[in-house]
Amino acid sequence: MRLINRTPGPALRVFLTLLPFALALVVYMIASEARLAANPQDRLLPSPATIGDTAVRLFTTGDRRTGRILLWHDTGASLLRLALGVGIAALAGLLSGLAIGLLPHVRAAFSPFVAVLSMIPPLAVLPILFITFGLGELSKVVLIVVGITPFLIRDMGQRVIDIPREMIVKAQTLGASSLVIALRVALPQIMPRLIQSVRLSLGPAWLFLIAAEAIASDLGLGYRIFLVRRYLAMDVILTYVIWITFLAFVMDWGLRSLSRRLYPWAGGGL
Amino acid sequence: MSFVTVRNIFQSYGTRPILERVNLDVDEGEFVSIVGASGCGKSTFLRLLLAEERPTRGEIRIDGAAPAREPGRERGVVFQRYSVFPHMTVRGNIVAAESFATPLGRLAYGARRAARDRAQQVLDRIGLGHMADAYPAALSGGMQQRLAIGQALQARPRILLLDEPFGALDPGTRLSMHAFLQELRAETGMTVFMVTHDLEEGFKLGDRVLVFDKPRWDPTDPDIIGATITYDFDARNGGFPYQATQEDPHVPDTP
Ligand SMILES: Nc1ncnc2c1ncn2[C@@H]1O[C@H](COP(=O)(O)OP(=O)(O)OP(=O)(O)O)[C@@H](O)[C@H]1O
Ligand SMILES: [Mg+2]
Repeated sequence: MRLINRTPGPALRVFLTLLPFALALVVYMIASEARLAANPQDRLLPSPATIGDTAVRLFTTGDRRTGRILLWHDTGASLLRLALGVGIAALAGLLSGLAIGLLPHVRAAFSPFVAVLSMIPPLAVLPILFITFGLGELSKVVLIVVGITPFLIRDMGQRVIDIPREMIVKAQTLGASSLVIALRVALPQIMPRLIQSVRLSLGPAWLFLIAAEAIASDLGLGYRIFLVRRYLAMDVILTYVIWITFLAFVMDWGLRSLSRRLYPWAGGGL
Repeated sequence: MSFVTVRNIFQSYGTRPILERVNLDVDEGEFVSIVGASGCGKSTFLRLLLAEERPTRGEIRIDGAAPAREPGRERGVVFQRYSVFPHMTVRGNIVAAESFATPLGRLAYGARRAARDRAQQVLDRIGLGHMADAYPAALSGGMQQRLAIGQALQARPRILLLDEPFGALDPGTRLSMHAFLQELRAETGMTVFMVTHDLEEGFKLGDRVLVFDKPRWDPTDPDIIGATITYDFDARNGGFPYQATQEDPHVPDTP
């Protein structure tokens, strides 16, 4: 039988899913073991046990001065920035995408402009954002918005244009105005696409968030990572990295479930 | 004056003429089948009737009204594909024929209940009552087309345009769709234009069968001539020519 037609059984599938994770862990353990054997004081690759201890400490023990558990505060601050940035960008992308996709005049005016805007590397304008919006929360949220909105606008606009012409014509023959076509035909059809695009934007959004926090902040996951970097506290950094990865994964999974529940007609492939 | 009047229609895309000198008079309640080679401009003609496009020259009037500038409720349409809304339930698709004409596309609570009841009656009538809460993706091709026709008729259009509505269906389903369409038509007395590739279907359903073809043949550049109605058969009458052809159709004897 051809390889493309062979599918793994349930047990093998689970095994194959876990395999790369296990391999990565084993490789890390061997490397860590080797370094620690050579130098027990080595800080670069702490043993999994050390990371585990650090994680427990970070998640449960308060700061010596204030008694606050910093990890939770960092998480709260970062998630708020991320949610605001992604939320604003998604809304802007949705509305602009609808306008660009449905209205030829708006498309003529803004489609090339957005295409050019999306070529600007967001991190290059970060200094401008800090100068204009200050070093507070605003500039971090704005960086995320600036970073992912052009992609979302272009993607949503294209999705609206991709709606079969037949459907738009059909709606007109039922007496639908432009507004009704936007609200009742285009909007519901691109909502699952919006969720999908937001999922794809989460990676860049985290990137911009951590970059902004690393440069100017006093709280946040990215800030903490870059702070402890000075003490070479790899166990703390790794805990934070694993935590961020976990958060990102949960968000992705949550959005996917949301899409499936809200838009069952869109099919499970999304 | 006839119900649908088509006067001297020319349609070109860029410099390429697709239709030329199309004239047609159709009475209210007539069923007009349209046949012709692939790419000769049948769908283009339907788009003009629908007012999705406006002709380069000439005009189309329904019941003497000014030529339409965009599609509206007086023209219903069913395409071969994408004629129902995938994000609405089967019942929602029928209700849309009423709700889409409101300012926000939604009916108030009481009106919605009434519309849903009416929609359910329509669905029972077209044999989809048991699928009312399903999404169109769960319907077979024939059911989807039945839904599309039911939806179009629910808006009470003055003319119904069908572009190869049964093109993707198997012969058996096609036959039952014919019966369905004939029944609806006997009931509503609707004026229908139907593009089809199936001559037999065209003659069976239609009162008239129009043939679109190039009236002349330019051996150096066949694309320079648009198509027009070269034959107009009376299908009620066993298929004898009904109207003189407008020009001598010259088709090359050898390819
Ligand atoms: N918007 C357009 N722009 C340019 N050319 C077009 C456009 N729409 C149609 N055409 C051309 O016009 C010609 C007629 O197209 P049309 O779709 O009307 O043919 P048809 O008779 O419906 O064919 P079929 O039987 O395959 O559906 C084709 O050659 C097509 O390429
Ligand atoms: Mg066609």
